[in-house]
Amino acid sequence: MSTAPTRVQLRLANDWFEVCDRARLTPGRGLAALLPDGSQAALFLDREGRAYAIDNRDPFTGAAVLSRGLLGSQDGRPFVASPLLKQRFDLETGRCLDDDEVTVAVHSVRIA
Amino acid sequence: MPTPQPNPAQTPPRPTLVLVGHGMVGQRFLEAAVERGLAASHRIVVLCEEPRPAYDRVQLTSYFSGRTPDELSLTDRDFLDAHGIELYVDEPAESFDREARTVTARSGRVFPYDTLVLATGSYPFVPPVPGKDATGCFVYRTIEDLLAIEEYAKKHATTGAVVGGGLLGLEAAGALRGLGLATHVVEFAPRLMPVQVDEGGGAALLRTITGMGLTVHTGTGTQEIVTGEDGSVSGMKLSDGSELATDLVVFSAGVRPRDQLAREHGLAVGERGGITVDAQCRTSDPDVYAIGECAQAVDGRVYGLVAPGYEMAQTAAAAIAADREASFTGADLSTKLKLLGVDVASFGDAHGTAEGCLNVVYSDSRSGTYKKLVMGAGGELLGGVLVGDADAYGLLRPLTGTVPPVPAEQLVLPAGAGAPVALGPESLPGSAVICSCHNVTKDAIQACATLPEVKKCTKAGTGCGSCVKVIGQLLPHSGGKGLCGCFAQTRQELYEIVRALRVTSFRALLDGHGREAARGGEGCEVCKPTVGSIIASLAPTIGAEGYVLDGEQAALQDTNDHFLANLQRNGSYSVVPRIPGGEITPEKLIVIGEVARDFGLYTKITGGQRIDLFGARVDQLPRIWQRLVEAGFESGHAYGKALRTVKSCVGQTWCRYGVQDSVRMAIDLELRYRGLRAPHKLKSAVSGCARECAEAQSKDFGVIATASGWNLYVGGNGGATPRHADLLAQDLDDAGLIRLIDRFLMFYIRTADRLERTAAWLERIDGGLDHVRDVVVHDSLGICAELEALMADHVTHYRDEWAETLDDPDRLARFVSFVNAPGVPDPTVGFVPERDQIKPDLPLLSLSPRPLEGASR
Repeated sequence: MSTAPTRVQLRLANDWFEVCDRARLTPGRGLAALLPDGSQAALFLDREGRAYAIDNRDPFTGAAVLSRGLLGSQDGRPFVASPLLKQRFDLETGRCLDDDEVTVAVHSVRIA
Repeated sequence: MPTPQPNPAQTPPRPTLVLVGHGMVGQRFLEAAVERGLAASHRIVVLCEEPRPAYDRVQLTSYFSGRTPDELSLTDRDFLDAHGIELYVDEPAESFDREARTVTARSGRVFPYDTLVLATGSYPFVPPVPGKDATGCFVYRTIEDLLAIEEYAKKHATTGAVVGGGLLGLEAAGALRGLGLATHVVEFAPRLMPVQVDEGGGAALLRTITGMGLTVHTGTGTQEIVTGEDGSVSGMKLSDGSELATDLVVFSAGVRPRDQLAREHGLAVGERGGITVDAQCRTSDPDVYAIGECAQAVDGRVYGLVAPGYEMAQTAAAAIAADREASFTGADLSTKLKLLGVDVASFGDAHGTAEGCLNVVYSDSRSGTYKKLVMGAGGELLGGVLVGDADAYGLLRPLTGTVPPVPAEQLVLPAGAGAPVALGPESLPGSAVICSCHNVTKDAIQACATLPEVKKCTKAGTGCGSCVKVIGQLLPHSGGKGLCGCFAQTRQELYEIVRALRVTSFRALLDGHGREAARGGEGCEVCKPTVGSIIASLAPTIGAEGYVLDGEQAALQDTNDHFLANLQRNGSYSVVPRIPGGEITPEKLIVIGEVARDFGLYTKITGGQRIDLFGARVDQLPRIWQRLVEAGFESGHAYGKALRTVKSCVGQTWCRYGVQDSVRMAIDLELRYRGLRAPHKLKSAVSGCARECAEAQSKDFGVIATASGWNLYVGGNGGATPRHADLLAQDLDDAGLIRLIDRFLMFYIRTADRLERTAAWLERIDGGLDHVRDVVVHDSLGICAELEALMADHVTHYRDEWAETLDDPDRLARFVSFVNAPGVPDPTVGFVPERDQIKPDLPLLSLSPRPLEGASR
C-alpha cells in the first residue's frame, strides 16, 4: 500500500537528503534549506508541482537570498529572479540569463 | 518680431503671399502652405490684429481651469523662423489696393502682394438693445475679452448674465461660472443650443446646467440693459416684463463674418455677409482668397466651426500651389463639444429634416443623458444628437449615410443595457472619415503604426481630440507595448480586465489573457508583483482576499511584500513602523528605542519623518513586530508600492505663521490611505502655511494650507528627476480636499503604468494635468462616483498586515531562515560595529563556501 509522495529530497553526493514536507512549498515561491556542509539550497515548486533546487547564494551580491526571489518562466523554462538586483537564473541549468559568465550550482531534487 | 529677409541679388524676386488674420484658420493655412512648399517659393507675410499670435480660441474657457494664454498658443516660434514667415502682431490690415496690389497696415507699413489671403474671421454680434455699450457690457471672443471680463468681474461683479444660449453663450457662461459669479443665461429660442440639438437634447442640457447652479431663461429676449447712477450695468429688462439684476453682461448671441475690408474694396459679398468664394476659396478677384468664418462658401453658407475653416485653409493653400484637385464645396455641421463639462454632439441631419425619417431616442433624465438617432426609410443612419454621453460620436458620425451593422436601438443604449453591442471601429469602411477636424480617413490612419505617428503624419486627433479613442482602436497592438513577455496588455489594461471581469487569481489572468506562449507558464518577476498589486488595490471591490500574504497572492509579491520588511544588501531586513504625520509620543519613541536596543538594530531617521530599524534577520521579524504592535504601532508599508508617509510641519497649533492644523490633516490623510497598493510608492506632505516647510510640492500629492482652506498639488517628485507638483485645486475645505485626493489616487492607480510615479504619469498621460483635472474635478468621464466608492472600500477594509500576521501561526511559519532548521539563524547575515551601531559584515558574504563569481558589489 502506497501513499502519495510528500517528502522533498535533495541529491547530495550519494544520498537523498530529506528537506521538508511538500506542503511547506508554495507554488511560485521558494524556501531556503541548510545543508550538512553549511551551504544553503534554494527550493522551488512550479504551478505544475515540479520541484527545483539551486544554490541559495546570489553570486552578484554574495547574499544568501535566491530562495526569496520570484519564480517565472520564459519559453517554457523556469527561472528565479534574484530579489536584490533582479538577475534571472535558469532553475534547470543554473545559468544566469542576464550574464553568460555566471552560473549557480544545481541540485537534483525529487518528491518521494 | 519679423525675421529680416536675407536679400541677395535674387532674380527673379520671390512672389509675396500676404495673409491677413492670424487666428486658428490662418495658422492652419500657414501649415498647409509650408506643406505645399509655398514658404520656399514665396515670401510670406502675416498681419495679425491681436497682440498675440494664433491661439486655440475653441478652448478659451480652459483658462479658468488653469490653462495660461501661453499654453493656448497654437504658434511655434521655431516653425515661423524655420520657414522664414514674417509675422506682425498688433498690426491689422487697414486697407488694400487691388490695382497696385499692396496692403497697408495700421502702422502705415505697406506690403506688396502677389497673392492675398483673407482670414479675418468673425466678430460677435451685439443685438441693438438700449444700453448695450454701458460699462460692464462685454463680448467673449478673444483672450483680451476674457482678461477684461476677469478684471471687471473681480472688482465689480458678483452676478453675471450671458445673452445667448447657443454654443458660444454656454462657453461664456462657463467663463463667468469659472470666475465665481452667480450666472444667468438668457436665450431667445425655446431651448439651449437651438442650432445643434433638438427639444429633447435641449431639455437634458437644461436640467444638467440648472443642476450646476446656473439660472437659464429660455424663450426670453433681452430688451434693455439697465444702468445705475455711475453709468455701469445694474440689470437687464427681459421680454417677459421682468428685470434681472446683474453686474455684468456678456453678449454671445452669434457671430458675423468680418468682411468689411473686402466690401470696401469692391469684392463680392453674400447677401447676409461673408466674402463670396468659389470652390477653390478664391474671391471675385483671382489674386485674393478668403477662408474661414469671413468667407461665404460656394454652397452659400458661412461656416462658424473650425473644422470647415481648416478645410478651406487647406483648399486655398492647394489652389495657390496650383493643385486643381482640391476644392471646398461645403461641410457638414457635425460637432462634439464639452460645454460646462457636459458632452454635446450633433451630426448629420440632426433635426430630422429628411422626408420619411424616423427617430430612435434614448433618454434618461436622472443622468442627464439624451441620445437621438435619425434613421432614413431604408434603415440608414442620417444623423443624431447626443447630450450627456457622446462617447459614441466617434463611431456614429463616420457611419452616417450607411445602414449600421447592428440595430439602431443598440447604438443608443448605454453599455451594459440590453444585448451587448458588437460594433467597433473595424466595422467602418476604409473611406470613413475618422478625424473630421483634419478630414482623415480610416485608411490613412491605418497606414500608420502608432498614435504619435498618426498625429504627426495625418494630424488626425490633434484638433478637438474626440477621435483619439477610435484611432487607438484602429491601430495594431505594437509588440513593444505590453507589460512584459507574458502580457501584451499594459498595466492599465490589465487593471480594467481585473476590475471588469473580477479576476482574482494571477493564473486565471495569465491563462485567459496572457500572450499565447506564456499561458500555462509561471509568469515572470515583472507581471507577478504588478498583478498582485492590481488585485490588492481592487481586493474589496472584486471580492479577492485583501491580506497580501494569503493563497496565491503570496507567490506574487516581491520579497519585501512577502516578508513585510525591506530587504537589504546582506539579506537582512529593515523595519519601519508607521508614525502618522511624523507625530509620536515619548512613550512610543521609547518603545522604538528599546526594540532597537534589544534586537541590536541600526537606527536612522528617514526623510519621511519616521524611524528605520536595520539589520533584522527574517526569523526576528515576528518578535520585533510583536513588541511594536503591542505598543500600538502598525506597518509603515515601507516595503510596499503603497502609501509611505504624509510628512507635516507643526502647523497653526504651535507655529506663529501657521494658518491651518497641518499635523491633524497629515494624520487624517495618512490613516485614510495607509495600506493602499499603487503602481509605485506614494509620498505626501501637508504644510501649514505658504512657507511650505513640509516640502509638499515635491510629493505625489501635497497639501498647503491657505487662510480659507487647502490647496492641493499633485505630481511632485524628488529623486533623480525632481519635479515640482502642479496645483490641482485651491481653497478646498476638509471634505472637498479628501474627496479630490480619493479621486486623484484612484484614477492614478487605474491608469498608471507599472512603477510609474505620479510625476511621470502626469507627464505621459494624454492631455496631461488638464485631462486629469477634467476627470477628477469636473468628472468629465463620469467615473468620480466609482473612484470614490473604490476608495471607500479600501478605507473600510484596511487591516494592519503585521497584526494579522502575528495572529496566524500559518502565516508566521514562513519567517524562518531555513525550512529544515527553523531555529538556526542564517550564518551569512552578520554585522560589525561602526559609530556605536552595527553595519553589514560584507566580507562574511565573500567568505561563503563558494567563491564569488561575476561582479560583486
